[in-house]
Amino acid sequence: MTEEPLVRWDWIGRNWPTIQGLLEDHVVMALVPIVLGLLIALPLGLAGVRWRWLYQPTVGVMNVIYSLPSLAVFIVLIPITGLATRTTVMVPLTFYAMAVLIPAVVDGLTSVPDHVRQSAVAMGFTPLRRLLQVELPIAVPVVLAGLRVAAVSSISLVSVGALVGRGGLGYLFIDGWQRQFYTPIVVGIVLIVVLAAVADLLLVLAQRLLTPWSRARRAA
Amino acid sequence: MNWLIEFFGNPDNWSGPDGIPTRLLEHLEFSGLSLLLAMLIALPLGLWIGHTGKGALFAILSANAARALPTLGLLVLIVLLMGVGTIVPVLIPLVALAVPPILVNTYEGIRGVDPDLRDAAYGMGLRGGQVLGKVLVPTAMPLILLGLRVAAIQVVSTATVAAYVGLGGLGRFIVDGLATKDFPSTIGGAVLVALLALVVQLGFGLVQRVLVSPGVSQRLSIR
Repeated sequence: MTEEPLVRWDWIGRNWPTIQGLLEDHVVMALVPIVLGLLIALPLGLAGVRWRWLYQPTVGVMNVIYSLPSLAVFIVLIPITGLATRTTVMVPLTFYAMAVLIPAVVDGLTSVPDHVRQSAVAMGFTPLRRLLQVELPIAVPVVLAGLRVAAVSSISLVSVGALVGRGGLGYLFIDGWQRQFYTPIVVGIVLIVVLAAVADLLLVLAQRLLTPWSRARRAA
Repeated sequence: MNWLIEFFGNPDNWSGPDGIPTRLLEHLEFSGLSLLLAMLIALPLGLWIGHTGKGALFAILSANAARALPTLGLLVLIVLLMGVGTIVPVLIPLVALAVPPILVNTYEGIRGVDPDLRDAAYGMGLRGGQVLGKVLVPTAMPLILLGLRVAAIQVVSTATVAAYVGLGGLGRFIVDGLATKDFPSTIGGAVLVALLALVVQLGFGLVQRVLVSPGVSQRLSIR
């Protein structure tokens, strides 16, 4: 084999429309599980805080799900959700996101200092108002820290779906491997890392916007 | 269920170079070595950063960046670059996978120790290293072990991908089964990996019971 350059820019130029399509597919398959996971994890986390006996079993189940290899789960789902469909990839990723987010929600809510909670009660807040205006805002940094981990891992895990026919940018890995050709692999890795970095940055920004008081405290 | 009986009931699957024991040992070799290497990198670094407070931002950022690296892509690229034959190519992505949880949990565990406790230790005349070894590490032990457990489980379940580039491990049952549409083998391999991950989970539970001092676990249970 002749000395193959790590990246052949002409290949990227010629295949850009394909790469763009894969990128879009990748974003959808990573984003939907994160959003769904958060939507499910919030009520489950709330329930886990209100009824403490519920928390351990929930986390136990989540831990078991988290320890299943993504590749194996994709394969088990094929007979149910079909080969090379988005659903096959998105279902396990949703569960992985939940596995990270439920403990984050519970940790965030239990980290609210007791005197803050009691002040809200003393000021006559209803439980719902206390939750929305006091407890959730204080929990935001911890929840968002969990969300960052979930988002970044989800973006990177989508690529494993390529082994069952639908992995967004992960398809480039399979393609490069089958042709023993570096460029698609490098392109795939770089785009996934960039995508994860952008998602991470957006979430950091969201945290700054959602918790203005923490900035004031740091400056003081 | 019939698939499982077919897979685990077949005596051919229990012996030879393609048998369950061989594959299991290969899997343990990849995972164990990767975890060991990741520990050698991440534990001292996490302890040092947590103790001195230097380079915290760098550690957090690089840990998150490592989380973003797609294992499959890294694996095929490194194998193409280095060639097959050794297990080095499979170790690099797995180590990259295991370092972030260990590093972040160690750092946050050490940094999260009650400052009063640290001051008290210094006040009693302990020196920096002694404070770290006798006070900070034991107090942070539950978090450090949690990081190790998460890393171990991720490594065990992701090591399946190694089979895609022709290396061994339990992933062979999954990947080969998928290629030949042999569902009993695929599901059987998946079940084996899941069981292994579960055993790792339980193992860490036991380690936790031994390594975490009763004072610390009691304090945690009260809170």
